[in-house]
Amino acid sequence: RFIFLFRNNTLKLVFLLFYKWRHYLRLSSIVGKDLVLSHTGKQETCCPYLIGLSFIFPCRPFLFQDPIKGSKLELPLWLAKGLFDNKRRILSVELPKIYQEGWRTVFSADANVVDLHKMGPHFYGFGSQLLHFDSPENADISQSLLQTFIGRFRRIMDSSQNAYNEDTSALVARLDEMERGLFQTGQKGLNDFQGWEKGQASQITASSLVQNYKKRKFTDMED
Amino acid sequence: MFCEKAMELVRELHRAPEGQLPAFNDGLRQVLEEMKALYEQNQSDVNEAKSGGRGDLIPTIKFRHCSLLRNRRCTVAYLYDRLLRIRALRWEYGSVLPNALRFHMSAEEMEWFNHYKKSLATYMRSLGGDEGLDITQDMKPPKSLYIEVRCLKDYGEFEVDDGTSVLLKKNSQHFLPRWKCEQLIRQGILEHVLS
Repeated sequence: RFIFLFRNNTLKLVFLLFYKWRHYLRLSSIVGKDLVLSHTGKQETCCPYLIGLSFIFPCRPFLFQDPIKGSKLELPLWLAKGLFDNKRRILSVELPKIYQEGWRTVFSADANVVDLHKMGPHFYGFGSQLLHFDSPENADISQSLLQTFIGRFRRIMDSSQNAYNEDTSALVARLDEMERGLFQTGQKGLNDFQGWEKGQASQITASSLVQNYKKRKFTDMED
Repeated sequence: MFCEKAMELVRELHRAPEGQLPAFNDGLRQVLEEMKALYEQNQSDVNEAKSGGRGDLIPTIKFRHCSLLRNRRCTVAYLYDRLLRIRALRWEYGSVLPNALRFHMSAEEMEWFNHYKKSLATYMRSLGGDEGLDITQDMKPPKSLYIEVRCLKDYGEFEVDDGTSVLLKKNSQHFLPRWKCEQLIRQGILEHVLS
């Protein structure tokens, strides 16, 4: 019995590591983390922060030369995450408006009306990363993220399964990146099924690479 | 802000649709140079912090360290994603890549591609007894031995198994063995016509 437990846990660990590794390398995860977060720069000691960085190669003056204690700055998420610690010695983070109470109420009223693409195209991803900053509102934020998704999911699923061979730009306009990915997956399933029904499943087709390459070659020639 | 060049590389690849391989971006060299500079600055600051007791340098050191980690993540993801695309090329194009694509690959990527080809070939030879099995064929389930094809562009003479040859001229239609045509259809020279 103990051997089984051990093997189970090792499998789980391997799976977790694999998943983490894939996430580390996935381009979309990296792009998501480049989003900017505005926060308050605070330091408990009296020294200026980030000394001398403006003189670093390649000699581009850095955004903030010696920011004063207590000043507000906008930093990318990856940087904020790296500099943050529990004791808030370097900085503390202010939640973007869309994750605060006001907007959370809007989402709970009707999640479908909100334009999540405009609100920051990586609403769910960014929101999940925000939980790192130990805000007292974390429990509410995670609930809000989850409930918002649940509220919107049905419509995304239905529309992706019913829009065949038509212009879907209106349907995806107000979706965030994660939802768009879901929509695309749904569309692919629909298209594959329709193709199978038409007997196209056994039809050999030109590879998509070839088609894309030919398109590019044509535009190159036009230049 | 640091890591901008690295993000540029990642974004360029993220934008490229699946299957396309953009030219190898030489900007990678700039990223590595930035990393070297950050590292050296940090080395000297760490020494100064330890010996000179300058604890106020620590946020700066942390900041450079974050940038180094970010640059590393971007570079590794960039190279890895390209390898995945190059691997797909073997399955889509076959073992001989068109010149234009080869120019998009760096020397190391070309070497990787050759190693991959070899591994795949060795594996395929090990299947199916003495003959081996070409698993890059029949990617869609075959329904018949012979198929109807239409020529999309002029290709020229094409030899069939029993010695006879067929002239593949644009818009001509032929009834040919499936396994002979598969490559040409995938390359966009022939079109599989469903009856």
